Amino acid sequence: MSKIEIKNFNLYYTNFHALKNININIAEKKVTAIIGPSGCGKSTLLRSINRINDTIEGVHTSGEINISGENIYDEEIDVGILRRNVGMVFQRPNPFPLSIYENVAFGLKVNRIYSDRNIINETVEKSLKAVLLWDYAKDKLHKSALGLTLEQQQRLCIARVIAVAPNIILLDEPCSSLDPVATQKIEGLMIQLNNKYTIVIVTHNMQQAARISHNTAFMLLGKLIEFDKTEKIFTNPLIKETEDYVSGRFG
Amino acid sequence: MKKIINTIIETIIFICGILSIVFVVLIFGFLFKEGFAFFKDYNVIKFIMGQFWYPDSNPALFGILPIVIGSILVTFGACLIVVPIGIMDALYISEIAPKGIRDVLKSSVELMAAIPSVVIGFVGMVTLVPFVKNLFDIPTGLTAFSGSITLAFMAMPTIVTISEDAIRSVPWQYKEGALALGATKWQTIRRIVLKTARPGIIAAVMLGIGRVVGETMAVMMITGNSAHIPNSIFEPVRTMTATIAAEMGETVRGDMHYKALFAIGLVLFVITFIVNFIADLFLGKNKNK
Repeated sequence: MSKIEIKNFNLYYTNFHALKNININIAEKKVTAIIGPSGCGKSTLLRSINRINDTIEGVHTSGEINISGENIYDEEIDVGILRRNVGMVFQRPNPFPLSIYENVAFGLKVNRIYSDRNIINETVEKSLKAVLLWDYAKDKLHKSALGLTLEQQQRLCIARVIAVAPNIILLDEPCSSLDPVATQKIEGLMIQLNNKYTIVIVTHNMQQAARISHNTAFMLLGKLIEFDKTEKIFTNPLIKETEDYVSGRFG
Repeated sequence: MKKIINTIIETIIFICGILSIVFVVLIFGFLFKEGFAFFKDYNVIKFIMGQFWYPDSNPALFGILPIVIGSILVTFGACLIVVPIGIMDALYISEIAPKGIRDVLKSSVELMAAIPSVVIGFVGMVTLVPFVKNLFDIPTGLTAFSGSITLAFMAMPTIVTISEDAIRSVPWQYKEGALALGATKWQTIRRIVLKTARPGIIAAVMLGIGRVVGETMAVMMITGNSAHIPNSIFEPVRTMTATIAAEMGETVRGDMHYKALFAIGLVLFVITFIVNFIADLFLGKNKNK
């Protein structure tokens, strides 16, 4: 069953045609990787799934992205509710300059999900436990989140997303500013999370895509070139560009 | 040869750099010398708590309480007006306005800073003062209230420009992170942008206050210059700055009145120093982040 259906989707930055007629069905509770060289539109595609691209001036789109059968570009969609359901983790860890606790509670407060302090406390604890940050942070909950290491900050950003109970988590090169050890830990976390959430990850690290994803999409110059099971893309792709890219002949 | 030229240029630059410090120190020195000389002949408590400023009576009374209250009243009133408007203006320019409007607004706010205070005072005198008089049906429009409005206008560019800088330097990633969690634009502004920019905004307000406290010409033209303790903001007041400016010409160099004006300058200096110091504290805090 597919959770996210992207149909004939186009996106323009003012006059630049960044995404060209994308069609892709992303399966529920699987990890889907989007790979491709810089500037191919992989981040743009990811950022279309929670409409965070709306915040950039001059962006306009055509086509549909359906999540659980509902077109998120429909005029009647409440983007607040959409973004709560479709969480996003960014390239550089971007915790708010607030305490660790406030970071995780932020989404709960702005969406008015719970108002009971005890439930908020419980949710904060659960979310931090889910990203394996609880043991470290439980005594430092009211310290600034900016004091954490980059890897911990990225975990916190994932915890912040998990707290609002999304169905889908989008990750935009979540390990690109981390060292290999931290990357390994975050990857481990993603594998743990994938039976609960539909995960879409953009990465320029092909090994990472191969390690953690079930399906892989390869994009080039704003077009979706090939989309298939990850092992098929990496071992026996149908299209020559895909093969050239995954074998490192360009990129 | 090259070395000599280098040394000469370095020396010139060094002297230029040192000169500004020397001038500031000299001004302070002069102010302290003349100001403190006053307290040798006149009780400090009587000076600060005295309710009457009658430099020409016999014996002369140099109580600055009415003019200190005048300054505080006008400044406080100006803050009440300018702080909310200025911060919201800065928010509008940096977060909400479309590019065209933003550019026009920004340059017009900056242009406001270039208007000489005597011009603002004059325009206020012929428009605002009669307006206030008729609106509240009071004997004169030359009141603390009119002064506050005028000063609010003058502090606006400082507060808007510096707050806007602070708000604009909030990293885009913070806002994106908040929006991606389902926050609305207003929630993002209130919970993230304003919170992150707070030290810069406080610094902006402090610098604005510094500007207001030290302003002379416009308040002298608009507040009525009556050195008594006012009962409301709709009465004429006189500020410390206006007192110095208005009376310095009438004094004899070295007499009590002359020294008293320097003592007022000293008080004014202490106030603006504290305000600027607080502003610097917050500006520095902002940069360390």
